[in-house]
Amino acid sequence: MRPFEYERPSELAQATSLLAEHGPEARPIAGGTDLIIRLRDGSLRPRVVVDVKGIDELDGDIRDDDGYLRFGALTTMTEVAANSRVKRDYPALVESALFVGSVQIRNRATLVGNMCNASPAADTAPALLAYGALIVATGPSGTRHLPLEEFFVRSGVTTLARGELVVAIELPNPTSPRGSVHLRRTRRRGHDLASVTLACAVTPDGKTRIAYGSVGPRPVLAIDDSGRLADPTLPDTDKAGLLDQLFAGASPSPTSMRASPEYRLAMLRVLGLRGVKSAIDRLASAQA
Amino acid sequence: MTIRRRPLELTVNGRSRSIEVLAHHTLLDVLREDLGLTGTKECCLVGECGACTVLLDGHSVDSCLVLGVEADGASVTTVEGLAIDGRLSPVQRSFLETGAAQCGFCIPGQLVSAHALLADVAHPTRAQVEEGLAGNLCRCAGYEQIIEAVLIAADATDGDVIADDDLAARSAMLRMLGDRAATPDADLAPQ
Repeated sequence: MRPFEYERPSELAQATSLLAEHGPEARPIAGGTDLIIRLRDGSLRPRVVVDVKGIDELDGDIRDDDGYLRFGALTTMTEVAANSRVKRDYPALVESALFVGSVQIRNRATLVGNMCNASPAADTAPALLAYGALIVATGPSGTRHLPLEEFFVRSGVTTLARGELVVAIELPNPTSPRGSVHLRRTRRRGHDLASVTLACAVTPDGKTRIAYGSVGPRPVLAIDDSGRLADPTLPDTDKAGLLDQLFAGASPSPTSMRASPEYRLAMLRVLGLRGVKSAIDRLASAQA
Repeated sequence: MTIRRRPLELTVNGRSRSIEVLAHHTLLDVLREDLGLTGTKECCLVGECGACTVLLDGHSVDSCLVLGVEADGASVTTVEGLAIDGRLSPVQRSFLETGAAQCGFCIPGQLVSAHALLADVAHPTRAQVEEGLAGNLCRCAGYEQIIEAVLIAADATDGDVIADDDLAARSAMLRMLGDRAATPDADLAPQ
């Protein structure tokens, strides 16, 4: 690994000022399960690595905050998957967190880091998009909240400004019963990156939120509020056409090693139908 | 750029250690090279194989994906810390009894993951063992015996002890301890 400077600030303002000062030459580290691989293979060569785990204002807590469930920047995938509140209200997030790496990776990898790494295949991104997640970012000019769908640009690139650090992710509390699910397609069972990943949430007002990843430069959120996708009586052949419109944001890379574009798009349609059906079934049992 | 060493204080297998390390050295580097604890193995270096698994403040992690400096103030348990006074832990004993160690290279990581699993779930199902050890690859494909060993260890009592002087088991037992003499990277061990 190439040498770098290591800073472990104790205050948020010190961290954001280090990030502002060094810009692209600085990289924050939380869990490090993606970053250290890229430091070692040389694809990232920062001059300074800023460890955010010593910052007093940051935590790994999952707690209620004024209508939202708030995940601190240091919350690990293991903590997400084990939290009873998340299990009850955001089951697709639990399912996706349990797909991340192995026990060892989940003990270290953070939910916020999975977003900041901005991989198109980020396992937890579709579930967070489907649940309407907000990114909370703090930088030299203050703190702002932005919808997660405005955060991703392309692999490894986000809309964070120079000096900004994500301090939390917030999920709005459910306002009605909801059926939701996360599905993914991999080359093999177990520890693998996703070829297609998809989350779906259906509510009694007929709204279907469907989010998908690993089929383009960034995870995508699409919403159907016609009520037709959520209709348990509408045949799959009709739903397939509706889903194709929602999947317009998919543009899989022809050069990926994991799967061909044709395969990914075909599997996206399969997961779409399965996801909608499963979400409808879960909504029905939530209302039973 | 000046490359400076940074002070690192951590507890390894119950013993306080105070050393100076380079920021770009991983916890795996620190354990093996600075502390001479070569039971923890270096293999894939991308967090897929689990050969470098250690407990960091009680949680299993891939030590190849942790910077040494990040472990400042932490408590680390390696395979060398599982046996107490040369007496194997129940998990180590059951690995030995079931013949779970073949070449032995992955065994330190498997053992640490098994310890973490059993600390969390005292009596896991087979599916829980498979998931708990999914981050530890065995190229000898000794998975059946490894899974069996963890299931047996979960039900073991203190009565199930193999005598340390059982010569037939001695070589296999060294692998349970992550001993450098019994593993393929003996040449890399500090003299």
